[in-house]
Amino acid sequence: MVGIVLISHSGGLASEAAELARSICGVDVPVAAAGGADDGGVGTSVDKVMAAVAKVDQGDGVVLIPDLGSSVLTARLLESPGSVVIADVPFVEGAISAAVAAAGGAPLEGVLAAAAEARSFRKL
Amino acid sequence: MDTRFFVIWMEEITAAVRAGRDHLTRLDAAIGDADHGTNLDRGFAAVAEALAARPPDTPGGVLVLAGSTLIRKVGGASGPLYGTAFRDMGKALGDAADVSAAELASALEAGLAGVRRLGGAEEGDKTMVDALAPAARAMARTVDAGGDPEEAFAAAAAAAEEGAKATVPLVARKGRASYLGARSAGHEDPGAASTALIVGALRAVATRRSPRSESRP
Repeated sequence: MVGIVLISHSGGLASEAAELARSICGVDVPVAAAGGADDGGVGTSVDKVMAAVAKVDQGDGVVLIPDLGSSVLTARLLESPGSVVIADVPFVEGAISAAVAAAGGAPLEGVLAAAAEARSFRKL
Repeated sequence: MDTRFFVIWMEEITAAVRAGRDHLTRLDAAIGDADHGTNLDRGFAAVAEALAARPPDTPGGVLVLAGSTLIRKVGGASGPLYGTAFRDMGKALGDAADVSAAELASALEAGLAGVRRLGGAEEGDKTMVDALAPAARAMARTVDAGGDPEEAFAAAAAAAEEGAKATVPLVARKGRASYLGARSAGHEDPGAASTALIVGALRAVATRRSPRSESRP
Protein backbone atom coordinates (compact mmCIF):
# COMPACT_ATOMS: atom_id res chain seq x y z
CA MET A 1 0.00 0.00 0.00
CA VAL A 2 1.14 3.53 -0.76
CA GLY A 3 2.06 5.46 2.37
CA ILE A 4 0.91 8.99 3.13
CA VAL A 5 2.66 11.56 5.30
CA LEU A 6 0.80 14.67 6.41
CA ILE A 7 3.21 17.53 7.12
CA SER A 8 1.88 20.52 9.00
CA HIS A 9 3.25 23.42 11.01
CA SER A 10 0.96 22.20 13.76
CA GLY A 11 1.41 18.85 15.49
CA GLY A 12 -2.27 18.77 16.37
CA LEU A 13 -3.45 19.55 12.85
CA ALA A 14 -1.25 16.83 11.31
CA SER A 15 -2.20 14.13 13.80
CA GLU A 16 -5.92 14.92 13.73
CA ALA A 17 -6.00 15.07 9.93
CA ALA A 18 -4.20 11.71 9.83
CA GLU A 19 -6.71 10.27 12.30
CA LEU A 20 -9.61 11.64 10.23
CA ALA A 21 -8.23 10.13 7.02
CA ARG A 22 -7.68 6.76 8.72
CA SER A 23 -11.15 6.70 10.23
CA ILE A 24 -12.85 7.59 6.93
CA CYS A 25 -10.98 4.80 5.12
CA GLY A 26 -11.88 2.20 7.71
CA VAL A 27 -8.83 0.06 6.92
CA ASP A 28 -5.29 0.05 8.14
CA VAL A 29 -4.04 2.54 5.57
CA PRO A 30 -0.51 3.79 6.34
CA VAL A 31 -1.02 7.47 7.12
CA ALA A 32 1.51 9.19 9.38
CA ALA A 33 1.58 12.68 10.81
CA ALA A 34 4.66 14.90 10.92
CA GLY A 35 3.57 18.11 12.53
CA GLY A 36 5.31 20.86 14.43
CA ALA A 37 8.94 21.64 15.14
CA ASP A 38 11.31 19.39 17.10
CA ASP A 39 10.41 21.19 20.34
CA GLY A 40 6.69 20.74 19.70
CA GLY A 41 6.18 24.38 18.71
CA VAL A 42 4.86 25.65 15.39
CA GLY A 43 7.19 24.75 12.52
CA THR A 44 8.52 21.81 10.55
CA SER A 45 10.97 19.12 11.58
CA VAL A 46 12.83 17.27 8.87
CA ASP A 47 13.61 14.52 11.39
CA LYS A 48 9.89 14.02 12.11
CA VAL A 49 9.12 13.92 8.40
CA MET A 50 11.89 11.39 7.72
CA ALA A 51 10.70 9.21 10.58
CA ALA A 52 7.11 9.38 9.29
CA VAL A 53 8.22 8.42 5.78
CA ALA A 54 10.13 5.44 7.15
CA LYS A 55 7.08 4.41 9.16
CA VAL A 56 4.61 4.34 6.25
CA ASP A 57 6.95 3.14 3.50
CA GLN A 58 5.83 -0.39 2.58
CA GLY A 59 7.80 -0.38 -0.66
CA ASP A 60 5.00 1.01 -2.84
CA GLY A 61 5.97 4.64 -2.51
CA VAL A 62 5.02 7.53 -0.24
CA VAL A 63 2.94 10.65 -0.91
CA LEU A 64 3.85 13.74 1.11
CA ILE A 65 1.06 16.25 1.72
CA PRO A 66 2.44 19.50 3.21
CA ASP A 67 0.33 22.41 4.41
CA LEU A 68 2.38 25.50 3.53
CA GLY A 69 5.69 27.33 3.75
CA SER A 70 8.44 25.38 5.48
CA SER A 71 6.35 22.19 5.29
CA VAL A 72 6.47 22.45 1.51
CA LEU A 73 10.20 23.26 1.45
CA THR A 74 11.01 20.40 3.82
CA ALA A 75 8.94 18.01 1.71
CA ARG A 76 10.82 19.14 -1.38
CA LEU A 77 14.13 18.28 0.26
CA LEU A 78 12.94 14.69 0.69
CA GLU A 79 11.44 14.21 -2.77
CA SER A 80 12.70 11.17 -4.62
CA PRO A 81 11.15 10.63 -8.06
CA GLY A 82 9.15 7.44 -8.25
CA SER A 83 9.25 6.71 -4.54
CA VAL A 84 8.62 9.85 -2.44
CA VAL A 85 6.41 12.40 -4.17
CA ILE A 86 4.61 15.60 -3.14
CA ALA A 87 0.92 16.19 -3.68
CA ASP A 88 0.25 19.91 -4.17
CA VAL A 89 -3.29 19.73 -2.81
CA PRO A 90 -5.60 21.10 -0.10
CA PHE A 91 -4.41 19.56 3.17
CA VAL A 92 -7.55 17.89 4.54
CA GLU A 93 -9.35 17.06 1.29
CA GLY A 94 -6.13 15.89 -0.34
CA ALA A 95 -5.28 13.69 2.63
CA ILE A 96 -8.65 11.98 2.55
CA SER A 97 -8.64 11.48 -1.24
CA ALA A 98 -5.14 10.06 -1.11
CA ALA A 99 -5.93 7.77 1.82
CA VAL A 100 -9.07 6.41 0.13
CA ALA A 101 -7.10 5.69 -3.05
CA ALA A 102 -4.25 4.09 -1.12
CA ALA A 103 -6.69 1.95 0.86
CA GLY A 104 -8.13 0.74 -2.46
CA GLY A 105 -4.72 -0.48 -3.51
CA ALA A 106 -3.95 2.25 -6.06
CA PRO A 107 -0.31 2.59 -7.14
CA LEU A 108 1.72 5.73 -6.36
CA GLU A 109 0.62 7.63 -9.49
CA GLY A 110 -3.01 6.69 -8.78
CA VAL A 111 -2.84 7.98 -5.21
CA LEU A 112 -1.21 11.19 -6.43
CA ALA A 113 -3.90 11.65 -9.10
CA ALA A 114 -6.67 11.01 -6.55
CA ALA A 115 -5.15 13.59 -4.22
CA ALA A 116 -4.92 16.08 -7.09
CA GLU A 117 -8.64 15.69 -7.74
CA ALA A 118 -9.21 17.26 -4.33
CA ARG A 119 -8.08 20.56 -5.79
CA SER A 120 -11.33 20.88 -7.70
CA PHE A 121 -13.76 19.45 -5.14
CA ARG A 122 -16.66 21.83 -4.60
CA LYS A 123 -18.46 21.79 -1.27
CA LEU A 124 -21.58 23.47 -2.60
CA MET B 1 40.68 30.64 1.82
CA ASP B 2 41.22 27.53 3.94
CA THR B 3 38.96 25.51 6.22
CA ARG B 4 39.69 27.84 9.11
CA PHE B 5 38.41 30.79 7.06
CA PHE B 6 35.05 29.08 6.62
CA VAL B 7 34.82 28.10 10.28
CA ILE B 8 35.42 31.74 11.20
CA TRP B 9 32.78 32.80 8.66
CA MET B 10 30.27 30.56 10.46
CA GLU B 11 31.36 32.05 13.82
CA GLU B 12 30.91 35.57 12.45
CA ILE B 13 27.44 34.64 11.15
CA THR B 14 26.49 33.12 14.50
CA ALA B 15 27.56 36.32 16.26
CA ALA B 16 25.83 38.59 13.71
CA VAL B 17 22.61 36.61 13.87
CA ARG B 18 22.71 36.64 17.69
CA ALA B 19 23.20 40.41 17.65
CA GLY B 20 20.53 40.92 14.98
CA ARG B 21 18.08 38.36 16.33
CA ASP B 22 15.56 40.77 17.77
CA HIS B 23 15.75 43.07 14.76
CA LEU B 24 15.07 40.14 12.39
CA THR B 25 12.20 38.99 14.54
CA ARG B 26 10.71 42.50 14.54
CA LEU B 27 10.94 42.61 10.74
CA ASP B 28 9.25 39.21 10.63
CA ALA B 29 6.56 40.33 13.09
CA ALA B 30 5.52 43.03 10.62
CA ILE B 31 4.92 40.73 7.64
CA GLY B 32 5.48 37.17 8.84
CA ASP B 33 5.20 35.02 11.92
CA ALA B 34 7.77 36.72 14.15
CA ASP B 35 10.17 33.81 14.42
CA HIS B 36 12.93 34.52 11.89
CA GLY B 37 15.46 35.86 14.38
CA THR B 38 14.92 33.17 16.97
CA ASN B 39 14.86 30.40 14.34
CA LEU B 40 18.12 31.48 12.74
CA ASP B 41 19.75 32.09 16.12
CA ARG B 42 18.87 28.53 17.16
CA GLY B 43 20.07 27.20 13.79
CA PHE B 44 23.46 28.90 13.81
CA ALA B 45 24.03 28.06 17.48
CA ALA B 46 23.53 24.44 16.43
CA VAL B 47 25.97 24.97 13.53
CA ALA B 48 28.60 26.19 15.99
CA GLU B 49 28.04 23.09 18.15
CA ALA B 50 28.19 20.76 15.16
CA LEU B 51 31.43 22.32 13.90
CA ALA B 52 32.99 21.99 17.35
CA ALA B 53 31.84 18.40 17.75
CA ARG B 54 32.81 17.19 14.28
CA PRO B 55 35.37 19.63 12.79
CA PRO B 56 35.36 19.19 8.98
CA ASP B 57 38.71 19.19 7.21
CA THR B 58 37.72 21.04 4.03
CA PRO B 59 35.94 24.34 3.26
CA GLY B 60 33.23 22.38 1.43
CA GLY B 61 32.84 20.12 4.47
CA VAL B 62 32.24 23.15 6.72
CA LEU B 63 29.50 24.46 4.44
CA VAL B 64 27.81 21.08 3.95
CA LEU B 65 27.76 20.44 7.71
CA ALA B 66 26.39 23.95 8.32
CA GLY B 67 23.68 23.45 5.70
CA SER B 68 22.61 20.04 6.98
CA THR B 69 22.47 21.39 10.53
CA LEU B 70 20.31 24.36 9.49
CA ILE B 71 17.88 22.06 7.68
CA ARG B 72 17.46 19.98 10.82
CA LYS B 73 17.44 22.70 13.44
CA VAL B 74 15.79 25.88 12.15
CA GLY B 75 12.19 24.67 11.92
CA GLY B 76 10.99 27.49 9.66
CA ALA B 77 11.21 28.03 5.91
CA SER B 78 14.66 29.60 6.29
CA GLY B 79 16.04 26.20 7.42
CA PRO B 80 15.55 24.35 4.13
CA LEU B 81 16.42 27.51 2.17
CA TYR B 82 19.67 28.48 3.93
CA GLY B 83 20.46 24.81 4.45
CA THR B 84 20.23 24.20 0.71
CA ALA B 85 22.24 27.35 -0.03
CA PHE B 86 25.14 26.26 2.21
CA ARG B 87 24.98 22.61 1.16
CA ASP B 88 25.02 23.49 -2.53
CA MET B 89 27.87 25.94 -1.95
CA GLY B 90 29.79 23.23 -0.11
CA LYS B 91 29.17 20.67 -2.84
CA ALA B 92 30.37 23.19 -5.45
CA LEU B 93 33.67 23.51 -3.55
CA GLY B 94 34.18 19.75 -3.55
CA ASP B 95 37.17 18.41 -1.61
CA ALA B 96 39.46 21.40 -2.20
CA ALA B 97 41.57 22.26 0.86
CA ASP B 98 41.98 25.84 -0.26
CA VAL B 99 39.50 27.93 -2.21
CA SER B 100 40.09 30.97 -4.42
CA ALA B 101 37.78 33.98 -4.50
CA ALA B 102 36.68 32.92 -7.99
CA GLU B 103 35.77 29.47 -6.69
CA LEU B 104 33.87 30.97 -3.79
CA ALA B 105 32.03 33.29 -6.19
CA SER B 106 30.98 30.27 -8.29
CA ALA B 107 29.94 28.44 -5.15
CA LEU B 108 27.78 31.39 -4.09
CA GLU B 109 26.07 31.22 -7.47
CA ALA B 110 25.48 27.50 -6.92
CA GLY B 111 23.93 28.31 -3.53
CA LEU B 112 21.69 30.91 -5.13
CA ALA B 113 20.63 28.39 -7.79
CA GLY B 114 19.72 25.92 -5.05
CA VAL B 115 17.57 28.47 -3.24
CA ARG B 116 15.80 29.38 -6.48
CA ARG B 117 15.20 25.74 -7.33
CA LEU B 118 13.78 24.92 -3.90
CA GLY B 119 11.67 28.01 -3.26
CA GLY B 120 10.91 29.10 -6.81
CA ALA B 121 11.52 32.76 -6.00
CA GLU B 122 12.88 35.25 -8.50
CA GLU B 123 14.35 38.66 -7.88
CA GLY B 124 11.63 41.14 -7.00
CA ASP B 125 9.50 38.59 -5.11
CA LYS B 126 10.59 40.14 -1.78
CA THR B 127 12.66 37.24 -0.48
CA MET B 128 16.25 36.38 0.41
CA VAL B 129 16.91 36.07 -3.35
CA ASP B 130 16.69 39.87 -3.56
CA ALA B 131 19.85 40.09 -1.42
CA LEU B 132 21.61 36.87 -2.48
CA ALA B 133 21.40 37.39 -6.25
CA PRO B 134 23.00 40.87 -6.31
CA ALA B 135 25.63 39.66 -3.82
CA ALA B 136 26.58 36.75 -6.07
CA ARG B 137 26.72 39.05 -9.09
CA ALA B 138 28.84 41.65 -7.27
CA MET B 139 31.29 39.05 -6.03
CA ALA B 140 31.70 37.49 -9.49
CA ARG B 141 32.07 40.89 -11.13
CA THR B 142 34.73 42.05 -8.68
CA VAL B 143 36.71 38.82 -9.00
CA ASP B 144 36.48 38.93 -12.81
CA ALA B 145 37.80 42.50 -12.73
CA GLY B 146 40.85 41.30 -10.82
CA GLY B 147 39.74 42.39 -7.36
CA ASP B 148 41.20 40.63 -4.32
CA PRO B 149 38.99 38.57 -1.98
CA GLU B 150 38.58 41.44 0.46
CA GLU B 151 37.25 43.71 -2.30
CA ALA B 152 35.03 40.93 -3.64
CA PHE B 153 33.48 40.28 -0.22
CA ALA B 154 33.02 43.98 0.46
CA ALA B 155 31.25 44.39 -2.89
CA ALA B 156 29.05 41.36 -2.18
CA ALA B 157 28.18 42.60 1.30
CA ALA B 158 27.28 46.07 0.02
CA ALA B 159 25.15 44.58 -2.77
CA ALA B 160 23.32 42.31 -0.31
CA GLU B 161 22.60 45.23 2.03
CA GLU B 162 21.37 47.36 -0.85
CA GLY B 163 19.26 44.48 -2.15
CA ALA B 164 17.71 43.95 1.28
CA LYS B 165 16.84 47.64 1.65
CA ALA B 166 15.34 47.60 -1.85
CA THR B 167 12.77 45.01 -0.70
CA VAL B 168 10.99 47.65 1.42
CA PRO B 169 8.57 48.93 -1.27
CA LEU B 170 8.03 45.50 -2.85
CA VAL B 171 4.86 43.44 -2.59
CA ALA B 172 5.74 39.86 -1.58
CA ARG B 173 5.03 37.17 -4.14
CA LYS B 174 6.67 34.27 -2.27
CA GLY B 175 6.89 33.18 1.33
CA ARG B 176 4.74 33.90 4.35
CA ALA B 177 4.46 37.64 3.58
CA SER B 178 2.78 36.88 0.24
CA TYR B 179 -0.40 36.09 2.20
CA LEU B 180 -0.56 39.79 3.06
CA GLY B 181 -0.63 40.89 -0.57
CA ALA B 182 -0.29 44.66 -0.93
CA ARG B 183 0.01 45.04 2.86
CA SER B 184 3.49 43.50 2.67
CA ALA B 185 4.80 46.69 1.02
CA GLY B 186 6.59 49.18 3.26
CA HIS B 187 8.56 46.58 5.23
CA GLU B 188 12.04 45.13 4.68
CA ASP B 189 11.97 41.42 3.97
CA PRO B 190 13.41 39.52 6.98
CA GLY B 191 15.01 36.85 4.76
CA ALA B 192 16.76 39.45 2.64
CA ALA B 193 17.89 41.19 5.86
CA SER B 194 19.38 37.97 7.26
CA THR B 195 21.08 37.24 3.94
CA ALA B 196 22.72 40.67 4.20
CA LEU B 197 24.00 39.67 7.68
CA ILE B 198 25.38 36.38 6.37
CA VAL B 199 27.16 37.95 3.40
CA GLY B 200 28.29 40.84 5.62
CA ALA B 201 29.92 38.27 7.91
CA LEU B 202 32.07 37.17 4.97
CA ARG B 203 33.38 40.71 4.65
CA ALA B 204 34.04 40.75 8.39
CA VAL B 205 36.12 37.57 8.19
CA ALA B 206 38.20 38.88 5.30
CA THR B 207 38.98 42.15 7.04
CA ARG B 208 39.70 40.34 10.31
CA ARG B 209 42.23 38.02 8.69
CA SER B 210 45.63 39.22 7.54
CA PRO B 211 45.27 40.39 3.93
CA ARG B 212 48.84 39.29 3.21
CA SER B 213 48.21 35.65 4.00
CA GLU B 214 44.75 35.51 2.43
CA SER B 215 45.09 37.78 -0.56
CA ARG B 216 45.00 35.25 -3.34
CA PRO B 217 43.05 35.82 -6.54
